[in-house]
Amino acid sequence: MDLSVSIGSLRLANPLIAASGCFGYGVEYADIVDLSSLGAVAVKGLFLAEREGHPPPRIVETPSGMLNAIGLQGIGVRRFVAEKLPELRERRAVVFVNICGSTIDEYGEIARVLSDHEGVAAIELNISCPNIKEGGITFGCSLTGTHAVVSAVRKVTRLPVIPKLTPNVTDVASFARAAEEAGADAVSLVNTFLAMAIDVHTRRPRLSNIVGGLSGPAIRPIAVRMVYECRQVVRLPIIGIGGIASAEDVLEFMIAGATAVQVGTASFVDPFIWTKLLDGLRTYMARHGIDRLADVTGTIDTSKREQAWISS
Amino acid sequence: MPVDVDAAVISNTRLSEDYCVVALSAPAIAALARPGQFVMVKPARGTDPLLRRPFSIFEVLRDKAGAPAGISLLNKRVGTGTRLLYDLEAGARVACLGPLGRPFEPVDPPARAWMIAGGVGLAPFLTLGEALSARGTDTTLFYGARTASELYCVDRFERAGIRVFLTTEDGGRGGKGFVTAAVQGQLDLTPSGEPVHLYACGPTPMMRAAAAVAASYGRPCDVSLEQVMGCGLGGCYSCVVPVWDDAKPHFERSCIDGPVFDASRIAWEALAH
Ligand SMILES: Cc1cc2nc3c(=O)[nH]c(=O)nc-3n(C[C@H](O)[C@H](O)[C@H](O)COP(=O)(O)O)c2cc1C
Repeated sequence: MDLSVSIGSLRLANPLIAASGCFGYGVEYADIVDLSSLGAVAVKGLFLAEREGHPPPRIVETPSGMLNAIGLQGIGVRRFVAEKLPELRERRAVVFVNICGSTIDEYGEIARVLSDHEGVAAIELNISCPNIKEGGITFGCSLTGTHAVVSAVRKVTRLPVIPKLTPNVTDVASFARAAEEAGADAVSLVNTFLAMAIDVHTRRPRLSNIVGGLSGPAIRPIAVRMVYECRQVVRLPIIGIGGIASAEDVLEFMIAGATAVQVGTASFVDPFIWTKLLDGLRTYMARHGIDRLADVTGTIDTSKREQAWISS
Repeated sequence: MPVDVDAAVISNTRLSEDYCVVALSAPAIAALARPGQFVMVKPARGTDPLLRRPFSIFEVLRDKAGAPAGISLLNKRVGTGTRLLYDLEAGARVACLGPLGRPFEPVDPPARAWMIAGGVGLAPFLTLGEALSARGTDTTLFYGARTASELYCVDRFERAGIRVFLTTEDGGRGGKGFVTAAVQGQLDLTPSGEPVHLYACGPTPMMRAAAAVAASYGRPCDVSLEQVMGCGLGGCYSCVVPVWDDAKPHFERSCIDGPVFDASRIAWEALAH
């Protein structure tokens, strides 16, 4: 059975990628997860400089999900390449570096630093973090901003460039198209949904940042729909993200049009989820006589409807 | 290295309307556990609530031959997850990941150990107390609550050879007032040349007061800070605490850099209550 997938020139052993911000710098998990067994590891979002992030409380649970407002605490790209990248290389992890900038120049500068180092497989452009005021999502919420960031990074690196899109827009597909036109190698979607929660007894927001990003199973159907919409308008590989917690969820995204997927919140609940997902994918392939998992991508059959009320 | 155990509930002993001790069959975790470490427990299947919750390991349970067989958790019912845990019956199963976190380092004689507990902050001190007793370290538990009915498992500590000093805010049992005042009173009676190591766990204001007492008497103090956690493994940066670094505080993860910290490193004024 062949579980490998291709994202442009990049070949991944399987479609499972640890989502940015949900897997530290990868090294935290090296003792309990064989990092080389994952398709790739997307490390926590990095700016050029170190950042402290928001004060706690930084997370709160909501029905079938959670809100976070971490505020991109991070060690900065230079410390990352010096302190974390060597171990990731040693562990043979395929590393996606998630980067964030306050300005277009900052994105370009970080991409340049990363391009000088062995062991970076791709650059994921975080233009979608809902928790910081400056940069990031301001680019991701404007078509010209998205185009400008992707083109700027495209110019300075030969590494695959993967903008990560926000769902906090009216028409995600148009942003996927802008990214494609600017020379992106793939798009990943979605980042978290801007949301909030209030303690009614104290009337205070539950997060120090007042608002945060919703992730987990609660967002999955919306994310699947967005992947499906993007598939209609771009030819780029799509990396599907949002509430994935089982092999069936992975397949749902792939059938909707995703080439690969990322898993975030579910790996908090079960850090050993990766082998379970891989086993589930193999079981599905055996049951449906599929040799190459990549063949599943975009195979949604809209000519008929599943009669859910009968089958479930 | 932590392990994830689908642990059977051996028993769930309700101590009051709010408190219970949940015993879990988890030999693999029990065998690795060190004092002050914690586990991440999923109190129910399904996605609501979604996340696991951190709990200090209260006891390491042993079988008749003395081999590690399980752990217990001291649980106080405060929210959805702790209510589910309170309601668990023997035979139920819960996912339990651990042991996790930086443990307490027990001191050796001639140093004496004073453990300061407030409310459910009692939880990490039984395993620490046993480890201290095993080294022959003279150990005292200072344990405070609002009222006498909120003091639990005192006999468990006495049986482990630990001296117990109780306080209640209303004076219903033991000394009247805050537990940290009792500690200060004892420090006043202790010559400064006699080494005493403080360990504290409880509500943030209590730990902050313990840290202040320790600092003013020049005594080392370790605190166990359990914050809201997403993963318990260093992946999500949810559980951070402000720690002094040169002139300004920065955030460290309480799951892997803690939960045990040197109290003098904590930027208490910046720690959310
Ligand atoms: C605690 C937390 C931190 C996150 N940090 C980042 C980040 O640094 N960069 C980023 O692009 N996305 C970040 N995300 C978004 C995730 O990568 C992912 O897009 C989102 O959580 C949806 O997937 P999920 O439902 O599987 O978690 C974060 C999510 C969470 C829950």
